[in-house]
Amino acid sequence: MGKRLTVIEKDDVVIRFSGDSGDGMQLTGTLFSATSALFGNDISTFPDYPAEIRAPQGTVGGVSGFQVHIGHKQVNTPGDFADVLVAMNPAAVRANARYLTKGATIIYDSDNFTEKHIARAGYKSDPFIEDKLDGMHLIPAPITSIVREALKNTDLDQKTILRTKNMFALGMVYWLFDSKLNYTEEFIEEKFGKKPLVAEANSKVLRAGYYYAETIQAVAPSYKVSPANIEKGTYRNINGNQATAWGLLAAAEKAGLKLFIGSYPITPATGILEELALRKDLGAKSLQAEDEIAGICIAIGASFAGSLGVTSTSGPGLALKSEAINLAVMTELPLVVVDVQRGGPSTGLPTKTEQADLWQALYGRNGESPVVVLAAGTPSDCFHYAFRAAKIAVEYMTPVILLTDSYLANGSEPWRIPSMSEMPKVTVPWAVKTDKEFLPYERDPETLARRWAVPGMEGLEHRVGGLEKTIKGSVSYTPENHEYMVKMREDKVEGVVAQVPDLKIVGCTTGDLLVIGWGSTYGHIVTAVTELQNEGHSVSAVNFNYIRPLPKNTDAVFAGFKQRVVCELNLGQFANYLRMKHQKYTYHQFNKVQGLPFTVREIKEYCIKLLEGNSNE
Amino acid sequence: MSETNTNHYVAKDFKSDQEVRWCPGCGDHGILASLQKTLAELDIPKEKYVFVSGIGCSSRLPYYMNTYGFHGIHGRAAAIATGIKISNPELMVWEITGDGDALAIGGNHFIHAVRRNLDIKIILFNNEIYGLTKGQYSPTSKKGLVTKTSPYGTIEESFKVGELTIGANGRFFARTVDYNLQLSNEVYSAAALHHGTAVVEVIQNCVIFNDGAHDFITNKETREDNTITLRHGEPMIFGKNRDKGLVLVNLKMKVVKLGEGGITEKDLLIHDAHEPNPGIHYRLVGMTYPDYPVALGIIRSIDAPTYDEGMIDQHVRVQEKSHVTCVDELLRSGATWKK
Repeated sequence: MGKRLTVIEKDDVVIRFSGDSGDGMQLTGTLFSATSALFGNDISTFPDYPAEIRAPQGTVGGVSGFQVHIGHKQVNTPGDFADVLVAMNPAAVRANARYLTKGATIIYDSDNFTEKHIARAGYKSDPFIEDKLDGMHLIPAPITSIVREALKNTDLDQKTILRTKNMFALGMVYWLFDSKLNYTEEFIEEKFGKKPLVAEANSKVLRAGYYYAETIQAVAPSYKVSPANIEKGTYRNINGNQATAWGLLAAAEKAGLKLFIGSYPITPATGILEELALRKDLGAKSLQAEDEIAGICIAIGASFAGSLGVTSTSGPGLALKSEAINLAVMTELPLVVVDVQRGGPSTGLPTKTEQADLWQALYGRNGESPVVVLAAGTPSDCFHYAFRAAKIAVEYMTPVILLTDSYLANGSEPWRIPSMSEMPKVTVPWAVKTDKEFLPYERDPETLARRWAVPGMEGLEHRVGGLEKTIKGSVSYTPENHEYMVKMREDKVEGVVAQVPDLKIVGCTTGDLLVIGWGSTYGHIVTAVTELQNEGHSVSAVNFNYIRPLPKNTDAVFAGFKQRVVCELNLGQFANYLRMKHQKYTYHQFNKVQGLPFTVREIKEYCIKLLEGNSNE
Repeated sequence: MSETNTNHYVAKDFKSDQEVRWCPGCGDHGILASLQKTLAELDIPKEKYVFVSGIGCSSRLPYYMNTYGFHGIHGRAAAIATGIKISNPELMVWEITGDGDALAIGGNHFIHAVRRNLDIKIILFNNEIYGLTKGQYSPTSKKGLVTKTSPYGTIEESFKVGELTIGANGRFFARTVDYNLQLSNEVYSAAALHHGTAVVEVIQNCVIFNDGAHDFITNKETREDNTITLRHGEPMIFGKNRDKGLVLVNLKMKVVKLGEGGITEKDLLIHDAHEPNPGIHYRLVGMTYPDYPVALGIIRSIDAPTYDEGMIDQHVRVQEKSHVTCVDELLRSGATWKK
């Protein structure tokens, strides 16, 4: 192996793979992330792709990107700006020009920088000059022609040959980071095991890319990011949807229940159904229903019959499920509804991230309809909050809505694998036959949960349904009974606060500014606030994972700060919720509704404006 | 069956303590009574029955059955029943629904439940009207029916429950009439014992909003001439004097009179409920008055693999092969590394 001329040692580096939506950029990014994680770096990833499976080639709208942030220290976000960009065509340069650090390295397929392609991307002249990128480390590589040449003596058709281009680019990036190829080679072998020719071609091209980068090394620096110093344990890479699915399985196992998911495919939530459909080995039952409504009703039926009923969806599907969520509110059955939020309203931005379903989750139903609402903060966090959602659903006999989003669902990070013995107990409020008549709506005095009697249990036959009931389970239109039951259901959900841990403050408990977030903005807010603290500002942060009910110490935490700002990816839904729940405080808002996560920089800039008293709020 | 019945139930054991709130004279009372009688005759412990319904007059039935019951939301009974049955395949799940509930708002769930061939029993009360909302037309209302929402008559074609069932690859379809307790009892028992989705259409009279809609079927004077009760293996013969029958001519059903033109009983079609090819069954369920007698009884009954069994099989097969037996093992499967 040749000696490297320039090696830059860094705490963290951001790499973005970008090309047409059929160029295999998601796979390339995933493989690079896994390799880095196995090496011991902390990582955070962010796939960003168009809704179309094969969007128009060579256009900016069709660009599919995968960003990964690798670090020697803990990384909490996929990074605002890329240090390395892999651009398979001019459109990829155009789409990412705004998101590059000064002095970034751009590896690009020079074969694709023809006049036609350049024009398609909307450039009039040299893309690098037009976007003022000529000061970057530009590494042109004739990827298409080298790949063609490398595989010319194989029996593969042109289409298959060109599909290996992503491996060439990946090989080059591996050289840049002095990474090992073995994980990727094993992956190729496994994926194309039945097509040895294709497997061989991909491996060959991967190595060709690596050696090509080595040969031309003089043109760009290579990077060294040492392994991160993180807590001892066994780690794996996990994305939000997988973590959600596994968290639900873990809770079902702890509770001694069978998991049952009734669901309908919808971006970006489908991964949860797909993951659980695999888990027949653990006894999980899955049914891809005829529609969103059937999905949730099947889950409710399953819960009535003694399973842990789960349904997964995104915003449009949550809208369709709202009547059935109320059926679970009324019948007081355990149910977990996972809403992987995406850009709305309507079909909106199916593949982009947003936090705008908060009010829908809290209020989007008829009548007085209390449900517990949780929100996960990071991809691996989804495991924990899915577990918690299921635990609360079972212990309180109530529907729980778990909010994640596209950013969490598709993003991944290393995760220290917990042992099931360290997970909390899940206590099922089973009904027991006694001499006395079974009253289906009699409540546990502490949790207010009713007892769970399931078909098959002798002597506990009863009827539930959407009509208002008495404690006995008889239909009742009596005014006082209705009000009593409404309040009981409300009190039960509010009582979940007993299980809600206190908010943890990042920073001092008092100061000039408290930055408030909920769910997936955690990483960006914490990174921004930590940097501000290091720069000497009196700023702290809190992130809410329990939306309803809110943590007990919310008021006490808010009281410690002169100003509060709520940062969220909507027009202020959580800020307004806090204005209602904690009225004595005023709240600034920092909102973004672009289908994209925050950048650390924009949060910092807004905070500094507030601290300097320049906000226009 | 009663000889081997170890549970010794009588119909009264299935009556709940709830006051029955259907209108006096409503056909639902008869349906409830026949169902309770049927259950008493089956050798199944009471706690294994679940009655699931949607919304509408028919859907109140679970409240009146002293079994596990789930009164769902409009149209979704089939989906709720699906979750219950798959969650615990040992249960006997009955879906109680109506023409509006199952075929309008719940049409999608109905056809998919039938397609999956889950082992559930769907009892569809067809009164060709919306009763609980006080008299609007339904997907089975005859074209031209004047109702509150069709003051000048409907301009829609109506669904036939049997055609939809067979169109969705249904394996069991039977039809009975609310007042006919004996036939109903026979049909419900067959549905209960059928292995797979059973659809029973009950021709039911709404005494308030569509009274007499089925008069040609229920009227003592004419009912035997206007209906044919099919029995497997027997010739398709009907009429007050049992002098009429059905034959197939040019792929169409034809009503013939015995003795006319040399026609004898031997020329008539023999009912084969177990024939997988739905051709004749489809023609039978589509027969309408006055051109044809309305077919009653068990029209189609085919044994086929059920969804719930398929799921159990698949679980067993996957579990035999998989190395993952608990969540701890799942979390550690695939690429991991130690720190």
